[in-house]
Amino acid sequence: MVIKVLGSGCANCKKLEAHAKEAVAQLGVDATIEKVTDFKDIAAYGVMRTPALVVDEQVKIVGKVASVEEIKNLLK
Amino acid sequence: MNVITQIFRWLSDQLLKMKWLSDLVGLLVEKVFGLEVTQRVGGSIHFFIYDTIKIFILLSVLIFIISYIQSFYPPEKTKKILGRFKGIKGNLLGALLGTVTPFCSCSSIPIFIGFTSAGLPLGVTFSFLISSPLVDIASFLLLMSFFGLKIALAYVIVGLVLAVIGGTIIDKLKMQKHVEGYVWGVKKVDVEYEELTSKERVDFAKGQVREIINKVWLYILLGVGIGAAIHNWIPQSVIERIIGENNPLAVLLATVVGIPIYADIFGTIPIAEALFNKGVGIGTIISFMMGVTALSLPSMIMLSKVIKPKLLAIFISIVTIGIIIIGYAFNAFSYIFI
Repeated sequence: MVIKVLGSGCANCKKLEAHAKEAVAQLGVDATIEKVTDFKDIAAYGVMRTPALVVDEQVKIVGKVASVEEIKNLLK
Repeated sequence: MNVITQIFRWLSDQLLKMKWLSDLVGLLVEKVFGLEVTQRVGGSIHFFIYDTIKIFILLSVLIFIISYIQSFYPPEKTKKILGRFKGIKGNLLGALLGTVTPFCSCSSIPIFIGFTSAGLPLGVTFSFLISSPLVDIASFLLLMSFFGLKIALAYVIVGLVLAVIGGTIIDKLKMQKHVEGYVWGVKKVDVEYEELTSKERVDFAKGQVREIINKVWLYILLGVGIGAAIHNWIPQSVIERIIGENNPLAVLLATVVGIPIYADIFGTIPIAEALFNKGVGIGTIISFMMGVTALSLPSMIMLSKVIKPKLLAIFISIVTIGIIIIGYAFNAFSYIFI
């Protein structure tokens, strides 16, 4: 599974990335977490609010720092 | 009728202007600190404490209400709605939706690319980009609290007019080729946005309050500090000479000083209030506030990543000239408002 954190490096993006890592660790799933910081690439997902979370090329979360629990639910 | 007017005035004085707080802080300064509110030091302390508490209360309440409303209008939805309108109607709607769509300078780029790649006319996107930081319900209620209903209404209306006209001019100038090439290469993608539950909206609104206070508290203290200094320490004559009504360049100066500054309306209002009390023209003050909120260095740097220098220069010029015209117009017709 490939998880991408979309955001230009703002504080919230880092928080979301940390939450995603935590969720992956807690679930023990096999996933790589990537960061997408280029606006062009972010916009290519149709995302207009950062941070956003993309799981296997599907936009799952837009414009908010989702909690670890929320992300766990998405990954299950 | 009389009773209703009185009730309305009482509500406005106590809830929006928070006269009770002023009186309370007055008591604190006089009884606890043993200072006279009418004196310099006491007056400054009163201004500082009263304005700080008042702004933080207003900020929390207003951001909460506004974020709740904004949660109904994510940019994805705005994009869809705007796609259905052409011409000046699109500009008008862009300006109006700019007031309710959540915005910060860090999201201006994704929004710009998203709107443009969805095929929205450039002018509509710019109407949105001008009105979004300039006018929202928070600025309206805040202005009403400090300056009264008439000035607040006038500010919102001219702000929207500026957004519509600015966007229309950019549209007419056919600036498409001055958008960075890669923006057109981005494919149009519609993200499905899910409707939130009321609880999620409340959570979102609470989160926004926390986030915004975290981001702006320093600016507010700075703003109130400068306001307190203007209020009690800088002589009226000095202020009058620099930006008083007799200086024909006052509006120009206020706009130029305001533009590079990056702050939102909550940080500028205490300065505006202090200047107002010193007899500075309302147009000069509005130009300053609009300059601070509409244009800032960080947002220009952001925009320079998606539009070429010529379009950026035109955008800045239109907004600047618009703000200056608004300032002079408000000063000329200030008798209507005060």
